[in-house]
Amino acid sequence: MLDLIWLLPTFSLLGFLSLVLTAGTLPKRIAAIIGAGSVGLSFAVAVIIAIQFLGSGEEYFVKEVWTWMSVGSLNAGFSFYLDGLSLTMMLVITGIGFLIHLYATGYMDDDPGFSRFFAYMNLFVAAMLMLVLGDNLILLYLGWEGVGLCSYLLIGFWYTNPENGYAARKAFVVTRVGDTSMAIGLFLLFAQLGTLNIQDLMYAAETQWAVGSGLAVAVSLLILGGAVGKSAQLPLQTWLPDAMAGPTPISALIHAATMVTAGVYLVARTHILFELAPTVQLLVAWIGLITLLMAGFTALTQSDIKRILAYSTMSQIGYMFLALGVGAWSASVFHLMTHAFFKALLFLASGTVILSLHHEQNIFKMGGVRKQLPVSFWSFLIGSLALTAFPFTSGYFSKDEILLAALELDGPGLWLWMGGVLGAFFTGLYTFRLFFVVFFGDNKGHEPTQEVGGWNMSWPLFVLMVGALLAGFIGLPLDAVFGGHGEEEHDVSALIHGIMIAAPLLGIGIAYLFYYSKTFSVDKLMASPLAKSLHKFWFSGWGMDALYNWLFVYPFLWLARINKDDLVDKLYAFVVVLSRAAHAMIVKTQTGYLRWYALSVATGLVLILTLGVLL
Amino acid sequence: MILVVLIGVLFVGGVIAWISERINPDYPRLIALVAVLLDLLLMVILLSGSAGSEAQWLASIDAQWMPRFGISFYLAADGLSGLLLLLTAFLGVIAVGSAWDEIKDRPGFFYFNLLWTLAGVLGVFTALDLFLFFFFWEVMLIPMYFIIAIWGHENKNYAAMKFFLFTQVSGMLMLISILVLAYFHYIQFGTFSFNYHDLLAVSTGGELEMWVMLGFFIAFTTKLPSIPFHSWLPDAHSQAPTAGSVILAGVLLKTGAYGLIRFAVPLFPEASLAFAPVAMTLAAISILYCAKVAFAQSDIKRLIAYTSVSHMGFVTLGIYAWNEQALQGAVMTMLAHGLSAAALFMLAGSLQHRIHTRNMQDMGGFWPKVPHMATVALFFSIAALGMPGLGNFIGEFLALLGAFQSNITLTVISAFGLIFASVYSLWVIQKIFHGEFASTNFDDSQLTDLSRREMVYFGAMMLGLVWMGMYPQTFLDMSAAALGGLLAGSQELVTSVVQN
Repeated sequence: MLDLIWLLPTFSLLGFLSLVLTAGTLPKRIAAIIGAGSVGLSFAVAVIIAIQFLGSGEEYFVKEVWTWMSVGSLNAGFSFYLDGLSLTMMLVITGIGFLIHLYATGYMDDDPGFSRFFAYMNLFVAAMLMLVLGDNLILLYLGWEGVGLCSYLLIGFWYTNPENGYAARKAFVVTRVGDTSMAIGLFLLFAQLGTLNIQDLMYAAETQWAVGSGLAVAVSLLILGGAVGKSAQLPLQTWLPDAMAGPTPISALIHAATMVTAGVYLVARTHILFELAPTVQLLVAWIGLITLLMAGFTALTQSDIKRILAYSTMSQIGYMFLALGVGAWSASVFHLMTHAFFKALLFLASGTVILSLHHEQNIFKMGGVRKQLPVSFWSFLIGSLALTAFPFTSGYFSKDEILLAALELDGPGLWLWMGGVLGAFFTGLYTFRLFFVVFFGDNKGHEPTQEVGGWNMSWPLFVLMVGALLAGFIGLPLDAVFGGHGEEEHDVSALIHGIMIAAPLLGIGIAYLFYYSKTFSVDKLMASPLAKSLHKFWFSGWGMDALYNWLFVYPFLWLARINKDDLVDKLYAFVVVLSRAAHAMIVKTQTGYLRWYALSVATGLVLILTLGVLL
Repeated sequence: MILVVLIGVLFVGGVIAWISERINPDYPRLIALVAVLLDLLLMVILLSGSAGSEAQWLASIDAQWMPRFGISFYLAADGLSGLLLLLTAFLGVIAVGSAWDEIKDRPGFFYFNLLWTLAGVLGVFTALDLFLFFFFWEVMLIPMYFIIAIWGHENKNYAAMKFFLFTQVSGMLMLISILVLAYFHYIQFGTFSFNYHDLLAVSTGGELEMWVMLGFFIAFTTKLPSIPFHSWLPDAHSQAPTAGSVILAGVLLKTGAYGLIRFAVPLFPEASLAFAPVAMTLAAISILYCAKVAFAQSDIKRLIAYTSVSHMGFVTLGIYAWNEQALQGAVMTMLAHGLSAAALFMLAGSLQHRIHTRNMQDMGGFWPKVPHMATVALFFSIAALGMPGLGNFIGEFLALLGAFQSNITLTVISAFGLIFASVYSLWVIQKIFHGEFASTNFDDSQLTDLSRREMVYFGAMMLGLVWMGMYPQTFLDMSAAALGGLLAGSQELVTSVVQN
């Protein structure tokens, strides 16, 4: 059965092909069955493969399907590599992916592009599986670019609005900056180590490079460039909030559960390179910390329900990067998995809210819908608790691991830990701000008649609720992958634990006082000019968009505009003008007078003779 | 002999097509189609027959022509030529298909020119006598000039003349270089020879070698084209009829790249080695500069033309890196770009045919009106920006991977072209197909989706790109022996020269 691992992406790919080739002529029901069914089949196969693999006790399994390209010493195949890490990713992608596909059959029901939507979704799942199962970096890169393409297609799914198109292109181009960095990393790895097979590379790097060597630093920096692009971390994070222009199931699948965590996967997969470059690894931790704090602040100022969740995703991936940076590889992947559950839950539930309120996304125009939208309410409650790491929800266990690992790091560990705890406080604050504003208080004029969606929309929410609550008890088979860096006993005082539990609760408490009981008033707080400008600054995502516009976009557009007619062409045009002028001059010599010709012949003769004599 | 038949079919077919117009104006296109299909069939037979064989030369013919000057009728095809012949024959069929409804005026003479251009290209890809090579080089030029000048658009005479001048002037430089080489053969060996293998042994030495090499280099990079000799291309493309663009972008440009691989580098290995940094710099500038200029264009054909120059930069980069991965990458880029650029020009052509404008400012929101065309356009744009799984990625990735081993700085700079490519490719899709439907300046009832016939040839090109992207080994294996031979040969020469 393990040999059939190639079936995983194949099912989705076939789904994609059949939906594309029929070009929307299929009845909606059939398209839904193909779209969601293909991923469901993949999940079933993934479960069987997982059981067999874990039962076999092997550390890894390789299956080569065919040779992709073999040029000189370069040899890359369509080969799949299964170990604890890719197994985890594979189950998350197909499992949560299937739930989201199922939900989407309801969510997209009245959309004219129904079949196109599922075609893109299927292609995405296929590419994502390639990404995590590929045994060489080129195959990984195939998946990497493939998910980027699908992200582009789905963000711009409602293409009549040019803003969606802009968001889609922004997402693609910004991540492509990272992708290019990663591609250069691949070239460097191949030039130095002569292979692009991941396991061979890791082995070769470990044996040939010393810790802290320049090559290791260069390569890990380049790969990190790819990771921050895909995972929306500083400095390439600006695309994610705009990516919310896509349909909400996309935000759940691509921009929360799977694709944006690909950067985390990439770093974890190549963790040996980062261990060889401790400075870069520490950089990963700081990037994670700064991103998680910046995104936390920004989430606090947003009013669009999806943008709040997007910044929250950015912030949670910041935690994963923090974990990677302090060498807590397993904790990072663990948080990736729990986050996939609760963030998918939150996004899908927000989808139901948005749809029930007739496409309203501004939380301040919602309010008091707790009774009318019971499934969304419970989804949000459980998802929010897990997100804020409320004790014994899934998020609690994974975030706990990360913060403790940060604390144990010598040197800046304490700072990283404190930053992480501060972030947890803000998580509690912004999450429950959203929760209280949407579900409590007065309705601001958007009376839902009833909660939309049949069983296909509510069942995925129930399953995800269970996952968000209980996924923390799952033990991931990652010890073999990260060489025993897995579960570690943390010996810390009760005070530390107390602070870590209290920080998000404090955040929730403050959110309660401001947004539920209204003991304090936000308006009063916002009255001071400092608060206003700070709010504006955070709201804009720390002005990063404006900065990049001035640094890159405007100069590029300016250059393009002034040189539209191609300077080089002008040079040739000049030659033409010159030769025409010369032509005109020479024409004047053609006077038709014999004496004029005779004179010029004589002059020429004299000139030549003089030259001949002189030389 | 098969090579003579391949070329002869097109020469003869062209003449018959011209004459047949007098009987019925629909005959020329039929005859042209039969001729190119016959060629395609012969190509497939030739290549499948030699699949798996280790021999470097798949077919050759060597007949005396002007023995006094050492000129012979010497045609030969190795795997490299074979792939390009296949591309030419395939795009020949596509070009006839795309002209099918478009060319109503003097069809006989049109198909005559089309077939003769193709015949010239086939000759260029197979001639191993440099005199004969130059002959074919001219043969493909003049009919192309007529295609642009007679069946072109609003500014056709200017574009045709520009095309002619650029190619002719640079061709003259090459002719001088060829004559110098033959003359040096006479000095060193006592006889004139234009035979490729003989000339490989000639060494002009010193500074002269660089000048002679530059004669070839300028001719080939004008054709390719590369900065600073590229500016004929946007005009030629925007004015040429669709079939002309298909041949121009798909095959004519590739003769420049082929010339660099077959002649410019192997004939002058030492000078090329010294010149490589300059050539690679030009390549990097071409990639970035033309990508930027492309983005600024509003004429869709000019835009695609500039992207062609940008993509051809990867070819130059790969060739002057001169190692196995880089060369294979260059060849794959030639093949994949041949299909993707031809397809994009055809899409632009079919839009122009329908709504009589190439100005993207007048377009927008076409997706719901022409979903098939939009999907096809999306596919080829995605291919052009180097999406893995399609042929262009294999080419550019291998070219960069190989180039990195010879020049890190220029490769890194060139890699930024990947970002630029995504900027302009997605912009085209946005401008034409996304957004609100815009129908300024044209009659939108004319905007109909692709016909069945159009879908067939776009489908064939899409399959080709997927094949190249998912199983490039078919093509890599075909050219491996030929490229290996070229690599080994020039390395021997370089080392022997260095030792002397």
